[in-house]
Amino acid sequence: MADIAIRNVEKSYGKTAVLHGINLEIADGEFLVILGPSGCGKSTLLRMIAGLEGITRGEIAIAGRVVNTLEPRERGCAMVFQNYALYPHMTVAENIGYALKVAGLPKAERERRVAEIARIVGLEAFLARRPSELSGGQRQRVAMGRAMIREPKVFLFDEPLSNLDAKLRVQMRLEIRRLHQRLQATSVFVTHDQIEAMSLADRIVVMNQGRIEQAGPPRLLYAEPATRFVASFLGAPAMNLLPATIVAKDRARMADGTEIALDPGRFVVEIGQAVEIGIRPEDVMIVWPGSEGAHALEVEFTEDMGSSRLIHTRLGGMEFTVLQPAAQIEAEGHLPITIPEDAIHLFDRHSGKRLERHIPVIGTAASAAA
Amino acid sequence: MRDAGMIERAPLLNALTHVLMIAGLLIAAFPIYVVFIASTHDLPTVNRVPMPLWPGEHLVQNYTTVWNKSDFGAKMINSLIVATGVTIGKITLAALTAFSIVFFRYRARMLIFWAIFITLMLPLEVRIVPTYAVAADVAEPLRWLVWLFGFELGIAPINLLNTYTGLILPLVATATGTFLYRQFFLTIPDTLVEAARMDGAGPLRFFREHLLPLSRNNMAALATIMFVYAWNQYLWPLLITTDARMATATMQLQKIVPGPLFGQPPVWNEAMAATLLVMVPPLLVVIFMQGAFVRGLVATDK
Repeated sequence: MADIAIRNVEKSYGKTAVLHGINLEIADGEFLVILGPSGCGKSTLLRMIAGLEGITRGEIAIAGRVVNTLEPRERGCAMVFQNYALYPHMTVAENIGYALKVAGLPKAERERRVAEIARIVGLEAFLARRPSELSGGQRQRVAMGRAMIREPKVFLFDEPLSNLDAKLRVQMRLEIRRLHQRLQATSVFVTHDQIEAMSLADRIVVMNQGRIEQAGPPRLLYAEPATRFVASFLGAPAMNLLPATIVAKDRARMADGTEIALDPGRFVVEIGQAVEIGIRPEDVMIVWPGSEGAHALEVEFTEDMGSSRLIHTRLGGMEFTVLQPAAQIEAEGHLPITIPEDAIHLFDRHSGKRLERHIPVIGTAASAAA
Repeated sequence: MRDAGMIERAPLLNALTHVLMIAGLLIAAFPIYVVFIASTHDLPTVNRVPMPLWPGEHLVQNYTTVWNKSDFGAKMINSLIVATGVTIGKITLAALTAFSIVFFRYRARMLIFWAIFITLMLPLEVRIVPTYAVAADVAEPLRWLVWLFGFELGIAPINLLNTYTGLILPLVATATGTFLYRQFFLTIPDTLVEAARMDGAGPLRFFREHLLPLSRNNMAALATIMFVYAWNQYLWPLLITTDARMATATMQLQKIVPGPLFGQPPVWNEAMAATLLVMVPPLLVVIFMQGAFVRGLVATDK
């Protein structure tokens, strides 16, 4: 059992507060991804779990034990750093086996386990080399092996893939996922890459400006983002967000007069309320010209992405993208579309919060009156 | 590649550079050559004007005489003990001090840092009288300190005169070495320190298993400089040793130069032979350590 409980945790440097009252429970064996833009406090939170940063207020408990005052080595966590942080004067074998050496294990036992880990991360042929003689991907594997060998209760990953090239990143992502399935250790993974977050996580925590915006399974965050920030951060291509004003229970009007139909039963809105309408590019329906309720969008240009096409258009004067399967005929001139009512996400323009009769949020959505 | 380019572009300049460098080498090496020539002649030949510039036939005889007469075997061993002691002491102290200043956060950190910085301006020669006083009785400052609080401390005087400890200790403190290490330690990435912490290494282990291996090059450079510095010490050994058995090789040189009777010409041939003998150990250290230094630079450690 190695669940992590983060209770009312705050962090400030002098007078600058970087984390404001974080509350988070991480279950045993869970793969949790903390997602957010740079400077949102996600790495700080991870480092506080690791014991590399002090906790200003609140407490962190690992496996039921409050660890606020414990040294990193006493917390049973292993960490993989963004820049690998390998020991340059040691060979790959020494790097991987270092924690065991510190723990005082006999040499034979150490060598056996280093060999086993090297096999798992695919480094058997490189054990005698120095880190400077390895490629980026191999260094990353050493860093992973070094973390794995202690069989830690908790794995902490601090943007471990961001120094790798795109192809290797995808490959390492799969390996991390595979590794987690095999070891079932509680893992906390910090990243600013939403694809990494979506593909790795059992649960994603989206952070912004030192607060948790939303926490939940990737599918839920994608389907029902609790705030405009989460909506804009998750998903590639990004969600279209159109500023509008509610003119009737079932209609919102944009600045240039374009009207968008809403499902009157879904949202709690008032007439005159300033909102933002969110619609994912893949949810837009391309229809026959002249269909009822269709908007004719002027195509600006098209990006071919292989399996699909991203059509850049304008709707009501705002940028608007439409994702179209590559099999369809390429759009030219005017593109007639409709927006399905059940695909619409509606956010209050001032608070950024999702406006829905029932708000299906897991965890905290705490960006009150931003 | 750069050399090739230079030859193509400026062969004349290249040749000139070499001429200049060879001239410089000759100018630097000539006095040492004269010293060597002087050590191969008998006394009348050396004192002739001009002195011959070709080697004489008394080389072995001069060296044997001076070695036996001035007991250089024992003096060399003294010098070796002192120089090695000072070098090890300096490196240890400098590395530990810099370790504390760079990797720990405590209240008096900056105070200590500046205190060490100030000692750069206080070489041994400047503070030689108080240093001698302390060496003559190490307990004295402690007695004074206790006396300030109105107590008498009954410690017997601890005399370091005519001891290796007395020869070594005052030379060990080093601001230069501390700074050299500090600058190096500052280049070590934070994540390396953190990785070691995550792996469970405590401060001392981190120092021993990471900082020391990583600073091998620094250590070689510092050791070379400090060994030569300590070997060449003259004033302090002269002051603190009265017993001839504790004399160092550099001190011993001074006893050879004057002739056996007042007014007689100095025994230059033997003095020059002794000078060359005394130069050999630091020279060997430089040659040996330079090898390690270069090897350290070539290996891609960082």
